[in-house]
Order: sequence, then structure tokens, then C-alpha cells
Amino acid sequence: MEYSKLRTDLIPGVFGARGNTRSARSLARGVTVACLGTVALLLFGCRLDMHVQPKYLPYEPTDFFADGRSERQPVPGTVARGQLRLDELMFTGRENGVVVDKFPFPITRADLDRGRERYNVYCTPCHDYTGTGRGMIVQRGFPQPPSYHIQRLRDAPAGHFYEVMTNGFGAMYSYAARVEPADRWRIAAYIRVLQLARNSKIDDVPESERGKLTQQSAQQPSGQSMGQSR
Amino acid sequence: MAQIFHRSTNFISRLSIYGAVVIIGALGYALYAIAMSPWYTDQNVKRQQPVPFSHRHHAGELGIDCRYCHTSVEKSSFAGVPPTQTCMTCHSQIWTNASMLEPVRASYRDDKSIEWIRVNALPDFVYFDHSIHVAKGVGCTTCHGQIAEMPLTERAGTLYMSWCLECHRQPEKYVRPKSEVFNPYYEPPSAGEQLKMGKKLVAEYNIKSLQTCSTCHR
Ligand code: HEC
Ligand code: HEC
Ligand code: HEC
Ligand code: HEC
Ligand code: HEC
Ligand code: HEC
Repeated sequence: MEYSKLRTDLIPGVFGARGNTRSARSLARGVTVACLGTVALLLFGCRLDMHVQPKYLPYEPTDFFADGRSERQPVPGTVARGQLRLDELMFTGRENGVVVDKFPFPITRADLDRGRERYNVYCTPCHDYTGTGRGMIVQRGFPQPPSYHIQRLRDAPAGHFYEVMTNGFGAMYSYAARVEPADRWRIAAYIRVLQLARNSKIDDVPESERGKLTQQSAQQPSGQSMGQSR
Repeated sequence: MAQIFHRSTNFISRLSIYGAVVIIGALGYALYAIAMSPWYTDQNVKRQQPVPFSHRHHAGELGIDCRYCHTSVEKSSFAGVPPTQTCMTCHSQIWTNASMLEPVRASYRDDKSIEWIRVNALPDFVYFDHSIHVAKGVGCTTCHGQIAEMPLTERAGTLYMSWCLECHRQPEKYVRPKSEVFNPYYEPPSAGEQLKMGKKLVAEYNIKSLQTCSTCHR
């Protein structure tokens, strides 16, 4: 079977049968203890009604449906409130079917911080913290992704990064289920930051901040570029 | 009328009075010991899972963030177990022949859920919410222990009401900076330092000491 085929539907995990939860199992043990302790009276007071209520908590299995999941998929074509996806740029990274180099909302400092946080959680295992594609999982044998600092990806429109995250790319699976659309844009913006950091000149730094940089590089042994200073 | 009991029985009567105290005490202690024992609480008991998933390997050695797999932990009451697709993001390419991963591949192939064995569980009459704890600076390891050292997941606390209240009464003893919540190797500072830092964080994050019954029983 070919696993590299991308699947967009998720197969949720579930927690096994009820008998495994502490409430039921330990209560059964509690009953044993009560017996042993000759406090037989207590036995009449022991009921599980409130511990195991007739309701489904998230991830609870069921034998009512054939697939054993109490969480049901919406009927195909259902649109939940607030989930109508008409904004083509926001949800596909395209305008009139063409991938564009634009963000659907203005990127602020807070967006970049959020983008860095999300990037560090979801992308660093393979792409590493600077985006060169030598993350921990790659060191353990995962195919190496291209560095973000190659010319092709530096020229790639922002929408391309959004698309890769949404639909997956080659050996890389989709992150659509784990990263919300707005956060995908913030990650794309943060990738731009990484790219800039690798390829900036001293002239790009505002006059007032340059002093700090020359101080820092005086403390570092060789003339490392800014991108490597992480 | 002659005495019914001989003088020597005075000793037995005293013995039975003190004996009763001792026996009741011992019984009470035995019940307490049983209630706190791993046999009853499941604390530190490893669970055999359908796939021998190791947090030590993934969260520890490989350094994968908790949220990579437990995606909903910041947003909702439950942290959840990852869907099969999450495992396959990596295991479609690595360890593809390992027989211990066969249940994962089978799940992906046949569209069957992996049935994980639950480790932490509260009775249904208790309401618990992950997102608020994570947002207010309570770290995963405070409640779940040294998870990055566990080859098989085990429960780190008793999950008794007293366990929850211990912290709800004095959150300053346990909170940490928000940036460290997901760090599985976070070491709290010494007790004195922790109190100083904790008081500051409680004020900064506006942490309340929630002890009303309806917080958890609603
Ligand atoms: C499990 C490892 C892994 C993770 C995690 C991962 N990627 Fe990738 N990524 C890859 C691999 C492998 C490729 C190369 C795919 C190919 O060419 O077949 C790739 C390629 C890419 C590319 C280049 C596409 C091109 O045009 O060549 C981008 C952009 C990218 N990934 C972004 C991301 C972002 C953003 C994230 C985080 C949301 C992420 N990746 C997480 C493995 C990963
Ligand atoms: C590679 C994916 C992955 C990562 C990363 C991961 N987990 Fe898990 N976690 C799982 C799976 C799968 C299970 C279910 C099997 C089990 O209990 O071992 C699980 C179970 C758990 C459980 C027990 C759930 C129960 O049944 O009560 C806790 C607690 C937990 N994880 C905490 C963490 C913490 C804290 C981190 C971050 C340090 C983390 N996990 C990182 C995949 C992951
Ligand atoms: C981000 C990538 C990644 C994800 C996601 C991931 N794994 Fe792994 N896993 C690895 C790597 C890398 C190894 C091998 C490590 C080595 O080479 O020592 C591994 C090894 C394993 C092993 C065998 C090695 C051992 O001793 O534990 C099992 C079993 C396993 N993973 C189960 C799972 C399950 C179940 C999931 C889904 C909840 C999962 N993995 C998700 C990267 C991942
Ligand atoms: C305040 C203590 C506390 C903290 C902090 C905490 N957990 Fe939990 N966790 C619990 C309790 C209690 C349960 C059992 C919940 C239940 O049965 O409803 C649980 C259950 C879980 C489960 C099983 C599935 C579920 O959602 O019920 C996972 C996975 C998990 N925790 C992961 C995490 C991760 C990852 C973090 C850190 C981001 C974390 N927890 C932080 C107390 C905590
Ligand atoms: C290590 C500390 C700690 C432990 C252990 C802990 N909590 Fe909390 N809990 C907190 C903090 C801090 C808050 C946030 C209080 C606030 O809102 O300012 C909180 C808030 C809550 C809330 C309020 C959520 C809301 O939406 O109002 C609930 C419910 C709750 N905890 C339940 C539990 C239960 C049940 C347990 C035991 C299984 C538990 N907690 C264990 C620290 C803890
Ligand atoms: C911080 C959360 C929290 C608060 C606040 C709380 N409880 Fe609890 N309570 C729990 C948890 C968790 C359990 C389950 C303990 C167990 O599994 O044995 C529990 C169990 C109980 C039980 C035992 C039920 C049984 O059949 O075992 C009673 C009774 C109870 N609580 C009453 C109260 C009352 C009365 C208050 C208010 C004074 C209160 N609780 C406040 C968390 C809380």
C-alpha cells in the first residue's frame, strides 16, 4: 500500500472501552475493599450512576455506530456557523485561481510572534529553527526538505507557503487539521522573516539600531550573518 | 451473690477497650493506605497500549512539542489523542516496516480508529478544562509528571479532589511562566524562590483561587 498518498480525512483516535476508565475499575475495587472491610452496609450505597453517566465525552467509543466513534462527521456539504469559506485569498492563497504574493490581513508584530510560536511547534521537527531543512526527524531518516533560503523559495509567493501547509507537498502531509487558516498565514509571514534574516545587509537596519548590531558582532568571533545568530 | 466475673478478667476488659482503639485505628489506616495505593488510584501504573507509543522517545529525545500531537489542549477542555494522520506524517516515511507500528498502518489503511487505553480519567460528575490551566501558567508536567521520561504513559497524580484542591488553594506554589508551560524539562526553582515568583505570576496572570464546589461540579 502506498502511504505517501495524501489523505485529507482524519481518522480520529478513541479511548478504549469504558471498563478501562478509573472510575469504573476503581469503584469495582472499592467494592471489593468494602467487602473485605466487612462494612457490607456500604455496598448498598455504592452505585455508579454519577461516575459513568449516559453521555459521551470527547473521544469516547460507542457501539452504536459501526466505526465505533461517538464523534460524527458532518454530512458532506454542511457548513457550520462561521465556517463559510467565501474569501478565496484567505482560504486558498489564490486570487482568481492564481497563487498570489499577498496576505489577507495586515501582519503586525503580534502576528509574527504567533507565527514564530506556531512554526516552532509544527514545522521545526523537519525544517529546523532557521528553515534550512535539517530538523531532528530529518536527522533520523526523514527525506530532507529544501531549505527556505534557496532562490526558488525566496521568490515563491506567500500564497505558495499557505498552499503547501493546507494541501501538503510531496512527502510532507497537510497541516490543515492542526493549524488554523489565519495561523497558516502567520507562519508564512514568519518564513518571510527567516528568509530576510538570512539575506539582509547592514543597510536594511534602521540607522538608530545599527550601533547595537556592530556591538553584538564585535562580541562574536567571526563575521556570522544575522540569520545564524539563533 | 457471687461475682460473675473473676478479678483476673479485669485485664481482659482493659485489653479489649485499648484493643478496640488500636483495631479501629489500624483499620482506618489500612483503608487510607488502600485508598492511596497505586492499586486503587492507578498512580504510576503503566498501561499497555495497542502501539507501544513512547513519550520519552518522541517528546523527550526527538523534542516534539506536546501541541504537535495534542493539538486542542490550548483551545478546549480536552487535550485529546492524535488522529492516525498525525503519526503518519512521520511514519509514512520512517520505520515503515516496524511491526510495532502495524496497528497505525492498519488504522490508516482500513479507516479504523486506534483504541488507546485511557490513563488519566475523572468521574463524569467532575468538570475539568485544560485550556484555562495552560493559559494561566500551569505546566503539563505539574499534573502529568516527567512525561518525557516515560516509555509508556502512566498517571502521575491520584486525581482525587484533594489533589486538585491542593493547588487551587495555593496556586502560587505551582504556577510557572507561560513560556515554560510546554517545556517537559522545566525545573521549578527552590521552594522559597517559587513562592516569590508564584506570587508575582498570580498577580500578573490574575489567577484566582477557585474553591467553590460549582467550579468542578456543575
Ligand atoms: C514531517 C516533516 C515535515 C514537517 C513537520 C513539515 N514539513 Fe514542510 N516539507 C517536508 C518535506 C519532506 C518537504 C519536501 C517535499 C517534497 O519535495 O517531496 C517539505 C517541503 C516544504 C516546502 C517547500 C515546497 C516547495 O515548493 O518545494 C515548504 C514551503 C514547507 N515544506 C513548509 C512547511 C511548513 C510551513 C511546515 C509547518 C506547518 C512544514 N513544512 C512542516 C517535511 C516536513
Ligand atoms: C508524537 C505525538 C505526541 C507527542 C509529541 C506528545 N504526545 Fe502525549 N500522547 C500521544 C499519544 C498517541 C497518546 C496515547 C497513548 C498513551 O497514552 O501513551 C498520548 C497520551 C498522553 C497522555 C495520557 C492520556 C491519557 O490517556 O490520559 C498525556 C498526559 C500526554 N500524552 C501528555 C503529553 C505531553 C505533556 C506532551 C509534551 C511534553 C506530549 N504528550 C507529547 C502522542 C503524543
Ligand atoms: C514528528 C515525527 C513523528 C511523529 C509525528 C510520530 N513519530 Fe513515532 N517515531 C519518530 C521517529 C523519528 C522514530 C524513530 C526514532 C529513532 O530513529 O530512534 C519513531 C519511532 C516510533 C516507534 C518505535 C520506536 C520506539 O522505541 O518507540 C513507535 C512505536 C512510534 N514511533 C509510534 C508513533 C505513534 C503511535 C505516533 C502517533 C501518535 C508517532 N509515532 C508519531 C517520529 C515520529
Ligand atoms: C491541572 C492539571 C493538568 C494540566 C496542567 C494538564 N493536564 Fe492533561 N489531564 C489532566 C486531567 C485531570 C486529565 C483527565 C481529564 C478527564 O478525565 O476528563 C487529563 C487528561 C489529559 C489527556 C487525555 C485526553 C483528555 O483530553 O482527556 C491528555 C492527552 C493530556 N491530559 C495532555 C496534557 C498536555 C499536553 C498538557 C500540557 C499542555 C496537560 N495535559 C496539562 C490534568 C492536567
Ligand atoms: C497545579 C495547579 C492546579 C491543579 C493541580 C488543578 N488546577 Fe484547576 N485551576 C488552576 C488554576 C491556576 C486555574 C485558573 C484560575 C483562574 O481562573 O484564575 C484553574 C481553574 C480551574 C477551573 C476553572 C475553569 C473555568 O472555566 O472556570 C476548573 C473547572 C478546574 N480548574 C478544575 C480542576 C480539576 C477538576 C482539577 C483536578 C483534577 C484541577 N483543576 C487541578 C490550577 C490547578
Ligand atoms: C478543583 C475542583 C473541585 C472542587 C472545587 C470541588 N471538587 Fe469535589 N471532586 C473533585 C474531583 C476531581 C472529584 C473526584 C475524586 C475521585 O475521583 O475520587 C470530586 C469528588 C467529590 C465527591 C465524591 C463523590 C463520590 O461519589 O466519590 C463529593 C461528595 C464532592 N466532590 C463534593 C464537593 C463539594 C461539596 C465541594 C465544595 C465544597 C467540592 N466537591 C469542590 C473536584 C472538585
